[in-house]
Amino acid sequence: MRIPQSLLTLISVLLLTASYGQDDGSKVDMADAMRSNGRIYVVVTVVIVILIGLLIYLVRLDRKMTKMEKERS
Amino acid sequence: MHKSWWKILCVILLIYTFIAGFLMDVPRLPALSETIRNLYFHVCMWFCMMILFTASVVYAIRYLRSNNLRDDIYSRQFAVVGIVFGVLGYATGAIWMSYTWADPNNSSFQSFNAVAREPKLIGAAIALLIYFAYMILRDSISDIDKRARISAVYNIFAYALLFPTIWIIPRLLPSLHPGGENGNPALDFKDIDNRMRVVFYPAVIGWTLLGVWITSLKIRLALLKEKGLLK
Repeated sequence: MRIPQSLLTLISVLLLTASYGQDDGSKVDMADAMRSNGRIYVVVTVVIVILIGLLIYLVRLDRKMTKMEKERS
Repeated sequence: MHKSWWKILCVILLIYTFIAGFLMDVPRLPALSETIRNLYFHVCMWFCMMILFTASVVYAIRYLRSNNLRDDIYSRQFAVVGIVFGVLGYATGAIWMSYTWADPNNSSFQSFNAVAREPKLIGAAIALLIYFAYMILRDSISDIDKRARISAVYNIFAYALLFPTIWIIPRLLPSLHPGGENGNPALDFKDIDNRMRVVFYPAVIGWTLLGVWITSLKIRLALLKEKGLLK
């Protein structure tokens, strides 16, 4: 199976971010935006990623439909 | 993609809803706490459902006037997506309710006893069941013209029943659900905090546009399938 280059890049970026998210146990809370306010920004980011994923899916479906309509007519 | 400006608007408004909905300041109310943010999601489902059902009945009436099967397809697809949003509204309401209305001191069964008497829940359930019946009715008739005509008439009845079930009865009976006795059954427009309006109105528009977008895809698919039948 051939995996597209862009997908590989995306996965590696996600893995990289995940590894940054690991807590090493020490109490060094830096002035990190993602860790402020009870880490609510992490939730917001997750929700936004899901939303954007769904919307991209919808856009692709729309494009596919347009193509089909052109082929059939 | 067709007419994409409102789709872009939909994406922008939804992203705004999710960011501002989580991060903006909200009034600190007892019992509700942070769950008040559900206003941007749960209530919007119902608004979207009502708007889609209204579109559905408009196309049903148009079908009866024009006898054009295209209008029938529009009417059906608006109703389907309306049902989807209604079910989502119901499910999110159930989750929200179980953390705000349910009494932590009683067993969940006793809380359920109070919750199950809610006129608004029963009304919404009846309204949704009537629309389920619409789907069953129309998909059980195989003659195309008869199906279109009967379901268009039934659609008008179903819409007429939305009024008592979700707009009138909830206003007459006491309920745990906010709003009601003297105003809009879902929320009181005069009472809603200004900080919340800034997010709530764009959220309603964004969710509704999303519903219309999904419906437009379903309509185009149905039109492709039924190409032979349409003039």
